[in-house]
Amino acid sequence: MDTGKKTARTPSTAASPASLARRKFINSVAAAAGGGCLLALGAGLYSRQAAALPAQALRPPGALPEADFLAACVRCGLCVRDCPYDTLKLSDLGDPVATGTPYFTARKIACEMCDDIPCVKACPTGALDRQLTDINKAQMGLAALVDHESCLNFLGLRCDVCYRVCPVIDKAITLETHHNPRSDRHAMLLPTVHSDACTGCGKCEKSCVLPEAAIKVFPRQLAQGALPAHYRKSWEEKARHGGSLIGDQVEMPARGFEGSTAGRAATETVTAPTGSAPVAPSVAPPPAKAAGGIRSGLDSRWKP
Amino acid sequence: MATTTVSIKPSADSGCAPARSLWQRQRWLILRRASQLLILLAFLSGPWFGVWIAKGNLSSSLTLGVLPLTDPLLVLQTLVTGHLPYSSALIGAAIVLGFYLLIGGRVFCSWVCPVNVVTDAAAWSRRRLGIKTGRVPDANTRYWLLGGLLLAAALTGTLAWEWVNPVSLLQRGLIFGMGGGVFVIAGIFMYDLLVASRGWCGHLCPVGAFYGLLGKKALLRVAAPNRKACDDCMDCFAVCPEPQVIRPALKKVGQESPLILASDCTTCGRCIDVCDKQVFKMTHRFDQRSE
Repeated sequence: MDTGKKTARTPSTAASPASLARRKFINSVAAAAGGGCLLALGAGLYSRQAAALPAQALRPPGALPEADFLAACVRCGLCVRDCPYDTLKLSDLGDPVATGTPYFTARKIACEMCDDIPCVKACPTGALDRQLTDINKAQMGLAALVDHESCLNFLGLRCDVCYRVCPVIDKAITLETHHNPRSDRHAMLLPTVHSDACTGCGKCEKSCVLPEAAIKVFPRQLAQGALPAHYRKSWEEKARHGGSLIGDQVEMPARGFEGSTAGRAATETVTAPTGSAPVAPSVAPPPAKAAGGIRSGLDSRWKP
Repeated sequence: MATTTVSIKPSADSGCAPARSLWQRQRWLILRRASQLLILLAFLSGPWFGVWIAKGNLSSSLTLGVLPLTDPLLVLQTLVTGHLPYSSALIGAAIVLGFYLLIGGRVFCSWVCPVNVVTDAAAWSRRRLGIKTGRVPDANTRYWLLGGLLLAAALTGTLAWEWVNPVSLLQRGLIFGMGGGVFVIAGIFMYDLLVASRGWCGHLCPVGAFYGLLGKKALLRVAAPNRKACDDCMDCFAVCPEPQVIRPALKKVGQESPLILASDCTTCGRCIDVCDKQVFKMTHRFDQRSE
């Protein structure tokens, strides 16, 4: 087929076989180079687009930050094989996680936080960092109680399941006592996550008794905010320096809460409750009536 | 299988050579399929039967708890992104690199890679169905793709190629469970069947191109020592995944040696199987004998 072309062309263009071969070579190289660059570009763009870890996918313990992880992980699945609880999965093309990389979904199977961290030991490339030797220091994600409307503890019940199952109980999740404004006479014990201790194992999300978990574990960058680097907390600075750095401040009285314990400033001279306050409803009817809208949050001074 | 297409099967039974047994006609094919299957089974005996031979997959594995093996192309990409893997991955890559340098780079393609089964099936179907359509890309495209994937790794700082690499998609899918990757594999089959004969493995696959580069001086070679007996039936050319490699050895084009020296040769031995004149044989690089 080629020879036919050559003989037909050679007289008209007077091109030597060598120059024809060269032309053919350049053509094919250009086509190949173009195709190659296009494919590389496509793969690069696709990887960029898919590089964001979806909210429900958590990396194994010790995983490098996502960008570094995607450079280091060769997608061999050795961590998956050495996970004794079948927690880890390898993603496939079309999954929201980078093709072939390991992840777990807390709601399906949470990380059991093995003491010897076999998945990290199995990793041949360092995508899972062997500097992680204490599983309690893992940062697979961060739990967040995202739904205050359906969490049973927020409804005033003592579910506490997420708190009870937490492997770092009382450090990663504590129960914080809050006044229950609805009943106005009970406490709410609110599960509260502490980012310095939460490993992101997912036990809390896994065990949430609701059909859809109210507490969820997210990759850290999704769940955690960050203060500007120059912010200082006055109470920490005070504690560190043994006193305010800018001198004593004038405390202004909180007006509108006379006779109420709510919103009481520390310096306020508490005179009302001692004597007349409990029997003061006749004295302070206007706030009680007017407070129809803002009633919640104000103490009723009910005592058992 | 293709009962209606028997009439257009290429002539293979012509000639007056004594009829060869099925084993003689399919020996290297059977051995290769056995090799590909056993490698997969080594990875699957653990999850299936609780007998752990090899853990991981072809990207990186640990055999019998001691032998690390890692795909050197993956380690190369990792290095290009700027990450230095742990020594176990580097040692594993060195072992694999040494093996293929010694034995033959593209031995990986025909004896290990599971995509080979897919593209062989596509090529077989194409021959059987007599499909001649399509356009074959330049065989050098694979080297450009190889450069492109290294460039993509450097530019994105990630193993960009691994997002779509059909070779690892398939072998990982077979070992860990298949998802959307099945469409990529189906696409390759259709491409090889309808668009380009031997299009993926022979022209596009950058993984094969990489292993081809390793095989420049490999020891295991196919040779045509009995080339005088060749009756130009073209069976070997029809079946060879890289037909251009046969001619220099068989027809003494540019070389006297009967050895197939081109690193594109996957050492699959299919030419040995199909040749009724028994022109070819599997041998080593220094075997210059020819009758």
